[in-house]
Amino acid sequence: MRFIPHTEPEVRHMLAAVGVEEIEHLFDSIPADARLSRPLDLPRPLSEQELFARLRELAARNATPESHTCFLGAGAYAHFVPSVVSALASRAEFLTSYTPYQPEISQGTLQAIFEWQTMICGITGLEVSNASLYDGASATAEAVLMAIRLTRRHRVLLAGGLHPHWRDVVRTYLQGLDAEVVELGVGTDGRSEPVDSHLDGEVACVVVQQPAFLGPVQDLAPVAAAAREHGALLVVAVAEALSLGLLRAPGELGADIVCGEAQSFGIPLSFGGPHLGFLAARRRFVRQLPGRLVGETVDARGRRGYVLTLSTREQHIRRERATSNICTNQGLCLLMATIYLSLLGPHGLRTLARDNLARAHYARTRIAATPGVELVHPGPVFNEFAVRTDRPPAEILEEGASRGLLAGLDLEPHAPELGPALLVCTTELASRKEIDRLVNLLGKNRP
Amino acid sequence: MAEYEFPEGLRYSEEDEWARLEGDRLVVGITDYAQQKLGDIVFVELPEAGTHVEKGDRFGSIESVKAVADLFAPASGEIIEVNPDLEDHPELVNEDCYGDGWMVVIAPDDPAELDDLMDAAAYAKHVESRED
Amino acid sequence: MSRGPEKVGNTTRGIAYEEPLLFERSRPGRRGFALPPLDVPEVEPEALLGAEACRETIPDLPEVSEVDVVRHFTRLSTWNAAVDLGLYPLGSCTMKYNPRQNEAAAALPGFAGAHPLAPASLSQGILQLMAELERHLAEISGLDRVSLQPAAGAQGELAGIMMIRAYHRHRGESRDRVLIPDSAHGTNPASAALNGYRVQTLESGPDGLLHPETVAAAMGPDVAALMITNPNTLGLFETHIEPICEIVHTGGGLVYGDGANLNALLGIARPGDLGIDVMHFNLHKTFSTPHGGGGPGAGPVGVKNILAPYLPVPVVRELAGDEGEGFVLDYDFPHSIGRLHAHHGNVGMMIRAWAYIRSLGAEGLRRCAEMAVLNANYLLSRLRGTYHVPYEGRVMHECVLSDRLLQGTGVTTLDVAKRLIDYGYHPPTIYFPLVVQGAIMIEPTESESLEGLDRFAEAMLAVAEEARTDPERVRAAPTRTRLARLDETRAARRPVLRWQPAGPSKRP
Ligand SMILES: Cc1ncc(COP(=O)(O)O)c(C=O)c1O
Repeated sequence: MRFIPHTEPEVRHMLAAVGVEEIEHLFDSIPADARLSRPLDLPRPLSEQELFARLRELAARNATPESHTCFLGAGAYAHFVPSVVSALASRAEFLTSYTPYQPEISQGTLQAIFEWQTMICGITGLEVSNASLYDGASATAEAVLMAIRLTRRHRVLLAGGLHPHWRDVVRTYLQGLDAEVVELGVGTDGRSEPVDSHLDGEVACVVVQQPAFLGPVQDLAPVAAAAREHGALLVVAVAEALSLGLLRAPGELGADIVCGEAQSFGIPLSFGGPHLGFLAARRRFVRQLPGRLVGETVDARGRRGYVLTLSTREQHIRRERATSNICTNQGLCLLMATIYLSLLGPHGLRTLARDNLARAHYARTRIAATPGVELVHPGPVFNEFAVRTDRPPAEILEEGASRGLLAGLDLEPHAPELGPALLVCTTELASRKEIDRLVNLLGKNRP
Repeated sequence: MAEYEFPEGLRYSEEDEWARLEGDRLVVGITDYAQQKLGDIVFVELPEAGTHVEKGDRFGSIESVKAVADLFAPASGEIIEVNPDLEDHPELVNEDCYGDGWMVVIAPDDPAELDDLMDAAAYAKHVESRED
Repeated sequence: MSRGPEKVGNTTRGIAYEEPLLFERSRPGRRGFALPPLDVPEVEPEALLGAEACRETIPDLPEVSEVDVVRHFTRLSTWNAAVDLGLYPLGSCTMKYNPRQNEAAAALPGFAGAHPLAPASLSQGILQLMAELERHLAEISGLDRVSLQPAAGAQGELAGIMMIRAYHRHRGESRDRVLIPDSAHGTNPASAALNGYRVQTLESGPDGLLHPETVAAAMGPDVAALMITNPNTLGLFETHIEPICEIVHTGGGLVYGDGANLNALLGIARPGDLGIDVMHFNLHKTFSTPHGGGGPGAGPVGVKNILAPYLPVPVVRELAGDEGEGFVLDYDFPHSIGRLHAHHGNVGMMIRAWAYIRSLGAEGLRRCAEMAVLNANYLLSRLRGTYHVPYEGRVMHECVLSDRLLQGTGVTTLDVAKRLIDYGYHPPTIYFPLVVQGAIMIEPTESESLEGLDRFAEAMLAVAEEARTDPERVRAAPTRTRLARLDETRAARRPVLRWQPAGPSKRP
């Protein structure tokens, strides 16, 4: 056994020390009839060599950035990740440690989390950030629960444009609780219909995704004003974190909580996870924050150091009255994102966001001039937008797949009112040539 | 057994609060035993003045780094004052639990309720019984 | 000084680097990233998006070179203890060796680069792997169906509790109470409460076990479920599990099994056979996926058939009959509790767990359980007498001690933990479970060798001896680390939760 060091003589020696004859008897406290009397029915063990032969076979049956140019986004984005990210994050001291309960031997993890908290505050324009949640969807659900606790109100307004899967997750989290979810639709501009008429003194929060699921950049200021007027909190959810390289910090526009998905910051797609939920809020809400928090302090000799703090919010202390049940979170993903943002810096983040914007603009300009396709929403977008097509999206996707393109997301299940339409995303990985190929595929200029 | 201070003249609850009647004001805090058990106090959560509480109601909580304890009203009445200094200086509870570390002032509905509370000697016994 | 860290410890002194916050290394104009030249026309964001929608600055990001970044994080890493450096006996966390092959497996471009919304026809490999993992976990646990979606154990608990709610509601019953033993992990009551349940704590008996009478007395028509951990957090097998499950079932309730301690049972006994209706697995414990400084993990949830209609969607399904061949994501579960994750859960962790199970097979998994249990019992045999054993009896994969025998020395569990650091060990879990005062919870896992255990035992014994001969030294620990004990009270009283340029966070 490669992973288990025990030799037979050692096992004998240890059994003797324990005072047991046979390994079997170590399990005497399990009633005999409760034990499994046969071997587990599992395939035979594989050597590492055989294992990888099998893994490669399986891996080869998935589309990857190498086999297909990815115009699929919708909450998971194909971006370039510098080699440094995985090189550093796979260092054993980060990879094989756990929650930094013992700060004296966990300063590496703790300081990195403190740096992440700082970066997220800067990017979102808020004052406190936690150390991660599972993903953008559960972060949004946690933000909603937080708003319910803070306002002691029970109605939640999901503005139009929230990712359909995130809506689902919010609804899942709220089942069984005394809470009501009101879901708004989007207007013809792809932004949320106005929230004003749905607001009253019972609404805990308004959740707005920025940019909206279908791409358009939403106008946050009026929503913030309306929410404030009724004492509701404004939760801004961000699915494409790179957009924050250009868009004004939601905190500056009146958001009380900003949550979302930071997978775009250096984390591989991995078929949807592990990704990285984040959540930042105004300082006065800190005691209702879910998840781990790191704070600065000093050691017994007065030197600066970091510890997990305000833990009385958490399940291991407050149990059924904790602010959340989260324990294991997305630590290593947080580290990857921190490394990624360190490499990019303010200049890199802005430049990269501009690059994505420019590609989307180029693609949209080409599409607008192509017969057989049209832009669903002509207004401003970041790197993602909806396209109406003159033939069934499924057909386009299939044809694209055969030519090495993941052409986008079929919007039929999510926005049937649009007719045949695709959600298309352009990141820095899509070259002009590939965008041209996409436009040809979508439009009538089919080669 | 550790040394605790339980001043005479105060009334004590089973949940380790003390109460001192000053005219028609009932000043409430936690006992020396409670503050020593909790250790370094880092946060005290108190209600807003104007809240009405029933005797035995949970009206707030007090936290050390690794523990939370609830605060229970020793008598019914309206909370007319909360200690404003505790927000920035929770350590006052450790330093002076019967003085500057007080928590709230209640205008008691029925001062006779205080008779149900213990005097210092009875409370000392109550503590002792939990110590062993 | 007979046996200090110099003699029986696990470390020596080396170079320890200082390193400021990355923000303090920032120099205007430094770059750590370059993009290829833009091959489409440049755009003016303000013109496209409107000036009011655009930000002027991005504060709180450092300007540093790639070299700065590499040095910074490499230095930070050297301040961490880790499984790859040595024994990390954190009880309840199963800090076993994390095979490097698993990292390579998850990094294969066909997995790491797979988009979750790619059509099923272009995702067959990963879907098949997920379906296989579901099957393996079902076999290992004795349950009928598994959903891999929950992102960690706590989310698996939440999924399970929600399925229980859905089950009762479907039968027209409203039950709002969940029973949880006092030794349970904090996530159990937190998950039940998160789904709106009232939590009733059950007292463990004097032997550390939950007794059928206790459960019977607490049962009632309003009880939705019992949440039980087996082996429990004291490392003891809940011997009465079968009658307990029967009592709950007879009363119309269901039994949730917290699978965090499944490592002790691999191939030995199966929760499903014991009467558990629904449980979560912690892939980051039992199935060797790395803990990553706090995650990510994965918390698949397994159920008996009676709960299958309520599984979170989507469910991976193998096509059968005239549907053709292959795997699809099935959303057609009208009674499902819904979705818990934006996509399919922490798939990267599933790949690792799959690789682990396929490497070990049935025999290897059983060997894990056996050696994990042997290791825990061996350590207990070496420490008994020096450390108090609050609940005697055969332990499973972990043992819980306390500082009771050190009373009078002024040394507490916390001090023992901190002094162990000087000996080169990550301390055990301390002050949990809550039912043991001054708990020291040790889980060595099967990865540790006999000599490694002996060395750790020597360190534990040496610390106990020091507690008597030189308590001040123990209370001052750790003294061989870069930083001494940190002031957690100060951190909590005046929280400083981010770096600010001219804030309180100046470099000392
Ligand atoms: C006994 C027990 N139950 C539940 C959990 C929660 O699992 P997770 O941290 O994966 O959410 C843990 C782990 O921390 C545990 O030890």
